[in-house]
Amino acid sequence: MDLQNAWNVALKDFKIYTRKPSVIYATVAMPLIVGIVFPLIVDYSVNRGTKGLSAVAAPGLMDSFSIWFIIAAAIIPTAIASYSLVGEKIQKSLEPMLATPMSDGDILLGKTLSALLLPLAALYTGSISFMTLLDYFTHSLLGYYYYPNWHIGAILFAAPFAALLSVEVNVIISSRMTDVRSAQQSGALLMLPFIGVFLASELGFFALNDTNLVILAGVLAAISVAMFFVAKATFQREEILTRWR
Amino acid sequence: MIDTEDLTKKFGDMTAVDSVTFHLDAGEVFGFLGPNGAGKTTTIRMLACLVAKSSGSATIGDYDIASRADQPKIRKMIGLLTENVGLYEELSAYDNLDFYGRYYKLGEQKRKERIEYLLKLLELWDKKDAAAGTFSKGMKQKLAIARALIHDPEVLFLDEPTANLDPEASKTVRDFILELKKEKRTIFLNTHLLDEAERICDRVAILKTRLVTIGSPEELRHSLSGRKVKFQLQRVDDAITSSVKKMGYQIGEVTANSIVINLKEPEKENPAILRSIQSAGGNVVFVTEVGSSLEDVYLKLVKGD
Repeated sequence: MDLQNAWNVALKDFKIYTRKPSVIYATVAMPLIVGIVFPLIVDYSVNRGTKGLSAVAAPGLMDSFSIWFIIAAAIIPTAIASYSLVGEKIQKSLEPMLATPMSDGDILLGKTLSALLLPLAALYTGSISFMTLLDYFTHSLLGYYYYPNWHIGAILFAAPFAALLSVEVNVIISSRMTDVRSAQQSGALLMLPFIGVFLASELGFFALNDTNLVILAGVLAAISVAMFFVAKATFQREEILTRWR
Repeated sequence: MIDTEDLTKKFGDMTAVDSVTFHLDAGEVFGFLGPNGAGKTTTIRMLACLVAKSSGSATIGDYDIASRADQPKIRKMIGLLTENVGLYEELSAYDNLDFYGRYYKLGEQKRKERIEYLLKLLELWDKKDAAAGTFSKGMKQKLAIARALIHDPEVLFLDEPTANLDPEASKTVRDFILELKKEKRTIFLNTHLLDEAERICDRVAILKTRLVTIGSPEELRHSLSGRKVKFQLQRVDDAITSSVKKMGYQIGEVTANSIVINLKEPEKENPAILRSIQSAGGNVVFVTEVGSSLEDVYLKLVKGD
């Protein structure tokens, strides 16, 4: 694979996204909620509610909220990946691109990068806001700065794999869809297993501690690699031109 | 420049292109005619290494379309105008070409030069910063042609370049193709517009899954029914028709004051026929060739009309 080719494809997509406000909104909305709204809820619970959150309970709430960075990582790329592939399919702009000397792998990697990098940039920016605001709001209660810590480190380590899995699943889904909204809706179903894991941990079936989060990242990485090969098999010139509808 | 031998494409049980064999010289403009579903686009896609052939062979230059190592080289030496223009509607005309220049690995300076040259040539330079989505159909088609030419390819594949365009836009695109023809570029033109093929192409082939015929537009017109010459007279009578028949010619159509004769070489045969008609008492007003149009040939071969 030629990284320069892949980067050119991604650059083109980035330029198109800057002219698509809906894509930008979909990318930044969730990191904004997790990065600003969740800390404000903690602030309310700790400093403004009638019954203040205790120093023992506060870390648990913050850890629960931080899991949403993994869920967000699985959801956000859906908007871009669906637009990137189904949008090109609708505009019929894939065929001329496929007629260039770039390989199928170059184009798929470019599409993956374009769907991955913006959401990850938004997520990591959101995580900085999340940690900074929560440290500010909880320092007086805890007597120390809770962030950064290994827990959020493990979450932010797992997030790119969740995002990568989301992109690959969307490539596969997009090959069978003819409109962006259907592709986004189908792709968004990927968040269900993540929400399931989140609820299971909240209900006490298991703990999403640092070790389990690293294991989760490993599982996501393994599934992502497997899905990349499935996506690569789907993303073949002849398949795209003759079978993608 | 392009050679195919028994080139075939099957999708499952359906044969889209069946044993197509032809040869294109460098600098030739070749028209591929045929009804919808005849396999024209599939043939272009095989030659552009977009879909794999099922059997047979094809080469472009020295490269084999079936060789994985040759395919990127073929894609580098060809330009493809797809049936649907497929522009990035949100991007400017300049950016559309710039990204394709990058895909073909042109350096920044070369990209700038080619983009300016092509946009000026196609009278789109003033609109270079406008989003392609705001362009008219004709402008989009011109921009798509510029995109196919961004890397200065030796071979250009044009798939229905004037389909769905209004007459004015069609003329603009056709005139541009004629300009490209002057540059001695090899052009493979898929079209179902016979008039367009007749005006632009050096040779045409008629495809109906299989190759039905191939030749210059003139050869095809003549091959079907020979050449026909109409002798317009003041009056036609039996003595005149008998004198022509005695010479061994086949008379096509006779009216009160005209007679159509099927000939092989009118340039050589007309003087003797004229003398024969005059000696039979006929007064010839004028003589004209009324050969079949390419449309007649096409309809006979494709529709069985």
